Amino acid sequence: MSETNQNQAHLIQVDKLVFGYGERLIFNNIDMVIPRGKISVIMGPSGCGKSTMLKFFGGSLRPQAGKVRFDGISVPDLKREQLFQLRKRMGMMFQSNALLTDISVFENVAFPLREHTDMSDSLIHQLVLIKLEMVGLRGARDLMPAELSGGMARRVALARAIALDPDLVMYDEPFTGLDPISMGVAIKLIKKLNDALGITSVVVTHDVKEGASIADYIYLLGDGTVVGHGAPEQMLSSSNDQVHQFMNGLPDGPVAFHYPARAIRDDLLGDQQ
Amino acid sequence: MNWIADLGAKTLQYVAGLGRAGRFFAALTGACLIALSRFSLVVKQLYSVGVLTLLIILVSGLFVGMVLGLQGYYTLVSFGAESSLGLVVALSLTRELGPVLSALLFAGRAGSALTAEIGLMKATQQLDAMEMMATDPLPIVIAPRFLAGFIALPLLTAIFTSIGVIGGYLIGVQQLGLDSGVYWAAMQEGVDFYDDIINGVIKSLVFGLVVTFIAVYQGYFATPTSEGVSRATTRTVVNASLSVLGLDYVLTALMFGEI
Repeated sequence: MSETNQNQAHLIQVDKLVFGYGERLIFNNIDMVIPRGKISVIMGPSGCGKSTMLKFFGGSLRPQAGKVRFDGISVPDLKREQLFQLRKRMGMMFQSNALLTDISVFENVAFPLREHTDMSDSLIHQLVLIKLEMVGLRGARDLMPAELSGGMARRVALARAIALDPDLVMYDEPFTGLDPISMGVAIKLIKKLNDALGITSVVVTHDVKEGASIADYIYLLGDGTVVGHGAPEQMLSSSNDQVHQFMNGLPDGPVAFHYPARAIRDDLLGDQQ
Repeated sequence: MNWIADLGAKTLQYVAGLGRAGRFFAALTGACLIALSRFSLVVKQLYSVGVLTLLIILVSGLFVGMVLGLQGYYTLVSFGAESSLGLVVALSLTRELGPVLSALLFAGRAGSALTAEIGLMKATQQLDAMEMMATDPLPIVIAPRFLAGFIALPLLTAIFTSIGVIGGYLIGVQQLGLDSGVYWAAMQEGVDFYDDIINGVIKSLVFGLVVTFIAVYQGYFATPTSEGVSRATTRTVVNASLSVLGLDYVLTALMFGEI
């Protein structure tokens, strides 16, 4: 823990991370820092492993090589008990929201409080209502998750993620599958919570416009490496081909439109020759 | 030579599966101790696993008893032994049909539901979410369901057997005219508490353990997709039914055989 005092500006530090499934390498020498109190956005094409990155922050995956440090603590070295202690300082919003379907909205937000604190019921009641008020769903406390719209469910998941007042909140694809109004709400909430509560936020998304609008810093992943990183303006005006293609959503470029195949002439005429 | 490699791979896979199941069982046993201290979670599951299975158990038990009454009476009456009808019905039910049929119905109704429910919780990342909230899902999600199944099946078996005996009474006595006293007296005379009732209860305890364990195991290790969950549900019903029938033979041989 002697490193706790170093790099006070960075909550998470990833050094030369290598990871793969079998033969397939997902991450090859990734370096990344997540600055404290800021919103960092991790972008990349689908399947580039950006959601997998969050699993390293939360310690549910261990890298094959390299280091992941949370507040100076090496996450992969922790035992299960210690990891659980650390996770109380993290909140996570899953892509599928992952609300517990057999209990109400209120109980979902109360879940981390009941599990990890000795607070009285009345205190928990008040805290949950405050969290729900923050996301505008105080009135929906008695609904069951199945009765919520996609946007509402996501807001409940957000309220649950901040229930324990974590240092870090991770958002896995928070903008996917939302209508424009819900999307606007989500963007505003992530920004507001980050500023109001002073938490560090990591947002994983492939929505460039929304991501760039709230980001303090952007990491762009692709082909297992960091393709580019910088403030949103820098990224949007980048001259790097790969960054330019992704940030502007161009159909062809370094990431080819065509899946690798033999020459079309051979493919079409091959049998007749 | 490929088939040797295949055989080796299959064997390794099988042994690895056994090891995984063994470790899961050990972890689950520990989790059950924690779950017992939060018994309200178990009660909630007892409702969905036990009470909701009640109807199918009652209806099946009644009809099985009625069929036993009918078949038993027509067979016995040709030997002039219809006075033993009560004994035949009661012994068939307490020793074999009660525990086995209840377990099969339980696997189909409650076991499949358990697997699907846990598998879907996994597919919708609810179990991951608990892990990320620094909460082990084993004592909260899995263990209460396991305990509930283990507790519920012996009780359901008792209900199945009782209603079956009543079914036999309805047909044998009410419909076919056997004397009511004869029906009950033969049962009272011939059914032994330890040999018949307790052995039946032991069977249903074993079946409850095996069926529920297979159900929660398949759910917990299901591939987290809709296809994976549906295959896991099928595996639960197939594996649990085969295990029940196989184990029934082994238990019967141990209890009633002259080994």
